Amino acid sequence: MTHHRSLRPAIRNVSRRAFLAGAGAGSLVLSVGLPAWSQEKKFAAAGMPNGLREDVKLFVAIADDGTVTVVCHRSEMGQGIRTSLPLVVADELEADWAKVKVAQAPGDETRFGNQDTDGSRSMRHHFMTLRRMGAAARAMLVQAAATGWGVPADQVEAVNHELVHRASNRKIGYGAVAKAAAALPVPASVKLKDPAQFRYIGKGQIGLIDGMDITTGRAGFGIDARRDGMLYAVVARPPVYGGKVASFDAAEAMKVKGVLKVVTLDSTPPPSEFGPLGGVAVVASNTWAAIKGREALKITWDNGGNAKYSSDSYKAMLEAAVRKPGKVVRDQGNVDAAMASAARRIEAEYYVPHLAHATIEPAAAVVQIRDGACEAWACVQSPEAAKVRLFKFLGIPADKVTVNVTLLGGGFGRKSKPDFVVEAGLLSKAMNGAPVKVTWTREDDLQNSPLHTVTMQRLEAGLDASGKVVAWRHRSAFPSILSLFAPNVKLPFAIELGMGLVNLPFDIPNIRAETPEAEAHARIGWFRAVANIQHAFAIQSFVTEIAQALGKDPKDYLLELIGPPRKINPTSVGDGWNHGEDPALYPIDTGRLRGVVEAVARGANWGRTLPKGRGLGIAAHYSFVSYLAVVAEVQADDRGGISVPRIDIAIDCGPQINPERIRSQLEGAVIMGMSNAMLSEITFKDGRVVQSNFDGYEVARMDSAPREVHVHLVPATDYTLPLGGVGEPGVPPVAPALANAIAAATGKRIRQLPMRRQLAG
Amino acid sequence: MPALTVNGKVHQVTVDPRTPLLWVLRDTIGLTGTKYGCGVAQCGACTVHIDGVATRSCQVPLSQVTGNKKIVTVEGLATNGVLNKVQRAWLAQDVPQCGYCQSGMIMAAVALLKDKPKPTDADIDAAMTNICRCGTYQQVRAAIHEAAKA
Repeated sequence: MTHHRSLRPAIRNVSRRAFLAGAGAGSLVLSVGLPAWSQEKKFAAAGMPNGLREDVKLFVAIADDGTVTVVCHRSEMGQGIRTSLPLVVADELEADWAKVKVAQAPGDETRFGNQDTDGSRSMRHHFMTLRRMGAAARAMLVQAAATGWGVPADQVEAVNHELVHRASNRKIGYGAVAKAAAALPVPASVKLKDPAQFRYIGKGQIGLIDGMDITTGRAGFGIDARRDGMLYAVVARPPVYGGKVASFDAAEAMKVKGVLKVVTLDSTPPPSEFGPLGGVAVVASNTWAAIKGREALKITWDNGGNAKYSSDSYKAMLEAAVRKPGKVVRDQGNVDAAMASAARRIEAEYYVPHLAHATIEPAAAVVQIRDGACEAWACVQSPEAAKVRLFKFLGIPADKVTVNVTLLGGGFGRKSKPDFVVEAGLLSKAMNGAPVKVTWTREDDLQNSPLHTVTMQRLEAGLDASGKVVAWRHRSAFPSILSLFAPNVKLPFAIELGMGLVNLPFDIPNIRAETPEAEAHARIGWFRAVANIQHAFAIQSFVTEIAQALGKDPKDYLLELIGPPRKINPTSVGDGWNHGEDPALYPIDTGRLRGVVEAVARGANWGRTLPKGRGLGIAAHYSFVSYLAVVAEVQADDRGGISVPRIDIAIDCGPQINPERIRSQLEGAVIMGMSNAMLSEITFKDGRVVQSNFDGYEVARMDSAPREVHVHLVPATDYTLPLGGVGEPGVPPVAPALANAIAAATGKRIRQLPMRRQLAG
Repeated sequence: MPALTVNGKVHQVTVDPRTPLLWVLRDTIGLTGTKYGCGVAQCGACTVHIDGVATRSCQVPLSQVTGNKKIVTVEGLATNGVLNKVQRAWLAQDVPQCGYCQSGMIMAAVALLKDKPKPTDADIDAAMTNICRCGTYQQVRAAIHEAAKA
């Protein structure tokens, strides 16, 4: 806890001075990952690069007037983390929410610990730390008041922003003792609140801390950053990944009113990691002039080795790949023997195309270089990643690089990759350090951003005479995210395998998972829920396909495959990653998976009689150490067109800290899952993305979204249980539930996303 | 010098008259509440009111709105510090997730309620064509119905 007088507006970043007092500045740690000498495997936040900081004097400040400022070191991209993190501290602190503010931490993992807002980790990794920091601040206030009154600390209570000594009927506000409290040492151990006394945790009654700024247009996103003397730039990037500029003519561009300079940017050859794609930048006095200037450029590209990448032929190649054995990544029992002796075999192939994040705020950043120091304002999920790349590409010492984190107008994984911040840095350098804002247009976003991979899968099930699955073979072929970071990558890595492929929690004696080779010809990135998207789509579609082939109820059959409640050690099925969590704390609990299936079935009234043309579909998926299940209800019209009147989704994510935001995240996951399922697809032709804007890359709108989304939260009242993730795991079960519902309503089984173009109407 | 009236204030602007109103608002005047999302009138993030009509400002050149036209952006919706009923409903329903598309959503909703004070769900579907990638549609619908009762 730090004492300071000035209040900070909500969007401002923490000033170094106020919060650094007493703390060592430290140098930037460039390595990502655990130090080589570390033999002991670490989990959760401790296992993340730069680990976890628990320092109440760094994260909590109380001003003279009692205003509590909590530092948020995670990026806000719609998950509500700028509300939820302070809410936990405020609860343990016994703070009045009206007097709580949030300050955004700049990128500095040496001070704040890991800041990479990704992997549905923020609350899961920080809940207990936040509680302890709030409780420590409360104990320090109590001690300061007790000392001031000359009474024992155990006679002083903290109640709603006041310290109370009942015996003498005295009260004093937090602000009045804040200075004395801040001077005290942080207690070595603290007593946490009894959850029965929680004011905010688990209640879901706190509005978004940025709600007023958002509804009045004052909220500051990366694209909104403004600096005095700022210039505006757009970049013509190579249309093919790995391409570069062969030659260009800027004469016409320079004639456009407002255009100031045309700058070439070097391309980062593949694997380009987070490096900029290069190209030709137009710097102007406003964004529109830069866009018009770019239109006037005449560029000849050297397209490089990916110029033949076309989705049609690539799909055919993946199809051939999954019809042959691939690298075995899980092998349990004897699949070949069991398959050979099976009474019946069922097989199916599923295709999930490239997807674009399409954050409504495209990538945008401002960078300014002054007196040898570089300052960025950017919508980044990992400000540390941006900082390290600015250092790498600009050669400015890392301790002279500041990355201020704005609000993110959607993230979904796109804004984990700070290539756009580096572009702004390079252009500021080219403009003698002037602040330059780089804006990606929507066309840039869809045609040059990293994408969700493209996947073909083949599933085979061997059934015994009673209809029980005795053999399961799953082949999944897709270019790996690893290809962004290393050359010649043809196979997925542990993180992708642990997203629904090897960690299949079904009660089947013989299981084999294989990964045939697949090469990347575009930047493959992580998209909300990542490889769970394709794996859940195939597996959960296939479950209902088998049930329908056997004439069984899909919900009952899903439960049968999940089998009895048991706890599976993820390492026993070949998942050595387990979302970075300790397998002892986070086994795969099939009882909890059964629980969400039953909860969503109850919520959706599964099994009810439906009007003509209606169908229900069900799917469940475990990811980000949370358990999810979805029931989709679809309506087929006379021409075979489909609408979606209702979707039910159930989650068991352990303790629910801010239920209101869990609901909104799941409502959002349903919409995004529905876009993936029905509408969205990025295709390539001759190495270039075909789609360029929302007319070609369609996403769900109000009229196509489900009219009703019902979220069912499976309660966990024990707040000492491990938390699951929330932001991502809602997405994967949506597409298979929809495919299953469409099959139920129409008899038509669709195994390729997006589905709408395969339907009439 | 062309004069542009935004939220009751007159601005003298010198940029190319073909510049879309969106970029004049954001870059020239500094009103960044109006958002860029697509540049082709697909997403609605740039929605403002021109003489009371909800309009996608990325498609309106500056030359069409100088002079007597009255432009209102999300920053100008509140009057004398009192929020518009749509903004109040948005806060009560806690509609936003990331918040980026919400300026355009709110501007479209205000215009809808002016035309149809008690909109049906079908009216809302027809009028609210803005894209929200976070998926706040259900809350947007609820907030519009709530504002209609206010």
